[in-house]
Amino acid sequence: MILKGRAISKGSGRGELLVSPAPISFLSGVDPETGIVIEKGHPLEGESVAGRVLAFPYGKGSTVGSYVIYALAQNGRAPAAIINTEAEAIIAVGAIIAGIPMIDSLPADLSDLPGGSIVTVDGDTGELACDDAT
Amino acid sequence: MYLDAEDEKILSGEFGETRQKMMEILVALGRVYNAEKLVPIASAQVSGASYKTIGKWGLEWLSTLDARVAVPTVLNPIGMPRDEWRDLDGITPEFAHQQEAVLTAYHRLGIRMECTCTPYYLQRTEYGEHLAWSESSAVAYANSVIGARTNREGGPSALAAAIIGKTPFYGLHIVANRRPGVVVEVEAGDSLHADHYGAIGYLAGKEVGNRIPFITGIRPGRDQLKALGAAMAATGAVALYHVEKITPETRVFTFETEGLERISVGLQDIEDLFETMDVDAVAIGCPHCSPDELREIGDLLTGKRTTKPLLVFVARSVARDNQDLVAAIERSGAMVVPDTCMVVSPAMDHYKAIMVDSGKALAYVPGMCGALARLGTRKECIEVATS
Repeated sequence: MILKGRAISKGSGRGELLVSPAPISFLSGVDPETGIVIEKGHPLEGESVAGRVLAFPYGKGSTVGSYVIYALAQNGRAPAAIINTEAEAIIAVGAIIAGIPMIDSLPADLSDLPGGSIVTVDGDTGELACDDAT
Repeated sequence: MYLDAEDEKILSGEFGETRQKMMEILVALGRVYNAEKLVPIASAQVSGASYKTIGKWGLEWLSTLDARVAVPTVLNPIGMPRDEWRDLDGITPEFAHQQEAVLTAYHRLGIRMECTCTPYYLQRTEYGEHLAWSESSAVAYANSVIGARTNREGGPSALAAAIIGKTPFYGLHIVANRRPGVVVEVEAGDSLHADHYGAIGYLAGKEVGNRIPFITGIRPGRDQLKALGAAMAATGAVALYHVEKITPETRVFTFETEGLERISVGLQDIEDLFETMDVDAVAIGCPHCSPDELREIGDLLTGKRTTKPLLVFVARSVARDNQDLVAAIERSGAMVVPDTCMVVSPAMDHYKAIMVDSGKALAYVPGMCGALARLGTRKECIEVATS
């Protein structure tokens, strides 16, 4: 299955799809050293974003969040790719300066994406490729 | 989004990795906000200048960049006066060292070493010009008082615009998006005082949120407009406001205000914000003082001595160009401090209660300095600092 969205940050990333129903604030919400979500009460609290394809509605919080995404990449703990329902400046800029492929505006709700399966994001074409369920 | 041939070359990496990254940022923002093209800018003002804000990782990213800005660019206030940080309590050598590293990283990019929220005192800014400015009060002033056009940029997006010399054409760059969405009626008549404007902005911003207000019932000058807009940008997210018959776009365009929600601000609401409370310091210059404001403060201080710390914040080049006014203020024992401000500097952190003359400072001092804030007129501020 291939879903076509909008290309935001170039490159290709493959990993296990981790879906958050809630927005994410990277500043104070994700530990830049470990990649673990530390925001209290967040649906992904305790999960690691490292190496996964991270899908969430949009970013929230301070614009300094862009630098936290950069820090995750420098520490080798960044997501393999990012999918947003609707991209905004903090996450888009963070993905670009960190070199993380990113897409948004898929023709499907995040809750309909196959969380837990291996997917590939193409940040040049805006496509999400899901390995077909067996 | 349409890119011209040169933009395409930058995007493909022909002009180096840094410019390519910066163009990628502008293209992504253009997509996010559905911009049809890029528009050339006259100047940029970059936030994320204080080490306290961007931290180790922001500094590390800046240090990797290798390009020069294409337009005159200044920085937002930093955490200390650049050269005179030892004069202020609360600035550690470690902090100063990191702050200097951030400045060095920006300096390498060709950014002027001016750290101010009032770039319009340094760089002539004209009606209708497109800009990429970051700081909320500067954005409000540029859009509203000058009639220039800027969105409120984040640090990296302003930097990208500065290096490329262009910004995506969306939001407040488009005239149709600059129409008012709410009316604010100030009902104070002739009792309104020049020092009331910060309080009006503080009250109005809470109601206005991120809408564009059309304000009636006031006749502010430039310094009062500055105080008004800064406070509305702090308690709301106001990036543009119109004042009937005062701000330039109300004289160029005819704005339809029929059917808009109407908010009223009365004299009693304004006066209620001016409280009485013991303070251990007085801070003026949020946003940074104009030459006229420096003169007024100097006049109020004539023949007086400070009994409490009195800090006056200003852009470095405004202080340099008005040395006689600075000397008149400092003769009293007050300090005129460049490059930084009461909101971003750790130097204000050790006071328990700070008196301010600014609606913006009234909104930010409690959270940013951990101190109580008391609003006073400029005259009251000087009286408290010298009694």
